[in-house]
Amino acid sequence: MSAFVWLTMLTALRVLARNRLRAGLTMLGIVIGVAAVIAMVSIGEGAKRAVQAQIATMGTNVIIIFPGVTSASGVRGSQGSAVTLTVSDALELKKRIPLLADTGWTRRDVMQIVYGNRNWNGPINGISPSYLAIRDWSFTSGGPFTQTDLDSAARVALIGQTTVENLFEPGEEPVGAVIRIKNVPFRVIGVLAPKGQSAQGSDQDDVIFIPFSTAERKVFGTSFIGSVGAMFGSTDQVEDLSMAAEQIREVLRARHRLQTEQNDDFTIRTQVDLGKVQEGTSETLTMMLFAIASVSLLVGGIGIMNILLVSVTERTREIGVRMAVGAKRHHIMMQFLIEAMTLSLVGGALGIVLGVAGAKLTTLIAGWPTIISGNVIVIAFLFSLVVGLFFGLYPANKAARLNPIEALRYE
Amino acid sequence: MSSLIECEDVWKIYRVGDVEVQALRGLSLTIEQGEFVAIMGSSGSGKSTLMNILGCLDQPTKGHYRLNGIEVGNLKPDHLAGIRNQQIGFVFQSFNLIPRTSALENAQLPLFYRGLSLKEQRAQAAAALGRVGLQGREHHYPTQLSGGQQQRVAIARALVTSPSLLLADEPTGNLDTQSSQEIMKILETLNRDEGITIILVTHEVDVAAYAAREIVIKDGQILSDRKTKARPMSSPVEV
Repeated sequence: MSAFVWLTMLTALRVLARNRLRAGLTMLGIVIGVAAVIAMVSIGEGAKRAVQAQIATMGTNVIIIFPGVTSASGVRGSQGSAVTLTVSDALELKKRIPLLADTGWTRRDVMQIVYGNRNWNGPINGISPSYLAIRDWSFTSGGPFTQTDLDSAARVALIGQTTVENLFEPGEEPVGAVIRIKNVPFRVIGVLAPKGQSAQGSDQDDVIFIPFSTAERKVFGTSFIGSVGAMFGSTDQVEDLSMAAEQIREVLRARHRLQTEQNDDFTIRTQVDLGKVQEGTSETLTMMLFAIASVSLLVGGIGIMNILLVSVTERTREIGVRMAVGAKRHHIMMQFLIEAMTLSLVGGALGIVLGVAGAKLTTLIAGWPTIISGNVIVIAFLFSLVVGLFFGLYPANKAARLNPIEALRYE
Repeated sequence: MSSLIECEDVWKIYRVGDVEVQALRGLSLTIEQGEFVAIMGSSGSGKSTLMNILGCLDQPTKGHYRLNGIEVGNLKPDHLAGIRNQQIGFVFQSFNLIPRTSALENAQLPLFYRGLSLKEQRAQAAAALGRVGLQGREHHYPTQLSGGQQQRVAIARALVTSPSLLLADEPTGNLDTQSSQEIMKILETLNRDEGITIILVTHEVDVAAYAAREIVIKDGQILSDRKTKARPMSSPVEV
């Protein structure tokens, strides 16, 4: 039996090699289908990975807690408009929830910043000491606040790359310079390493960090001392995120004295939640790819069926001879099925080569990141095999049902 | 022991549109192991139909055909294919070699469907080619061989399975006189030296003369059946 399959395969390859142009044109549908899928999935995977990298710029295993919304006579404010979260909430969370490795908080406002004859309107963030560590910020020059800076509400600032570009001449060293925020002079003590866009699309480098204490007392003029714009927590393990989020919810509800029927007056988001939003997008993309792939493989399959029908007609006499010397129906069937699958497999293999090359070229020319996954290659290959099998069935069956006498007499 | 071929009141009726064509009309025939029979008849006489039935390519509409004692009238196509593969060798007028396939591979074909290992297929096919005098031409393609040589490849293909019956349908029809004689000598030798039963369809008298028994068919019935040579291996024939 194995000799039979092997020899039939050899025969199929020889038949295809004889009609190279015809075989090539027949395979084209499969080649294009498989190549398109592989190239597009690679590009999609690359984009997904880039988004994941963006989400990772948030920090490692981060939980964000926003205050709830205000509501007055049915008119509801924007997210974070209520003053429900405080520094003491954050400190309590850290004390009560062992899963939390650290907690931090910020309060932000957009303000005018002046340096020399330049000015820039950008967000000013008053941050807790732990914030920089939770969000994985690093420095290109200078360094973070010292404990003394925080305790004494020192007028020191850390600035992001976008802010640097807008306030300073190229090549000018910002560390040591004095900028004015809302007319309060601040000494720049560190320049932050760039993070690029956030997963929501905002520029994370357009930022100035000042100690929370300084912001509260000297810049923002807060009416409720200790209220924060957002709280952050981090865990050591990704798996702990949702558990930690649930515990945070319980602690905050208890602290805020919420009754069971009352809604939360805060919103908790984990890094995993943000990732899920992205996964939803890429699922839609995957479905579309699947649709495109199906159509092109269908067209390719019909091409294979067509050419096999031609082949069966051309080789009617040969089929007759084979039957006369004792080929059974399944022998003839197998011969044409193997021929169909050889076509689709060679087409699939060419498609894989072309798709991978296309993905690489996209990276090279357009600069898009692409990731070629082995799974996609295997699936594409199996799919082309199935297409060959499916569309080979009809012609193969037709050949197998020929009457040997008529086949032998066929001119 | 039963005869190799026993036909009993065999009818073959075709239906072409509304017209009924009776290709064979109650034909009865017995052929013993080791005979060399020529079947003659004009075109339309039913001799091709008879050959198809004897070769298990076709089945009678009515009547019985037993090959080696096995009734083949009701067998399924795959079963018939098995019988052809095991017991029957075909030689056609137009050679019917598979194009762009070497002499050796053509001769291998029946063994291929027997499921023999490639090594055995090659060894037996090479031996069969040797028996028809084609040593050294195993790797020639049909287009590189003369008509006579192509027909010898076809004979090798028929012989390779050691069949009990060799059916030759106008084997010299497409050959010149010299090649025809060569082919007929090969068939004659196979019959005489190896005892292979040969049934030959022809309408050339000098080709038919190689056979020991001559059957003439007309209108789907046997017109005459006579022994033309005394053969030690063939048993007496009764009509």
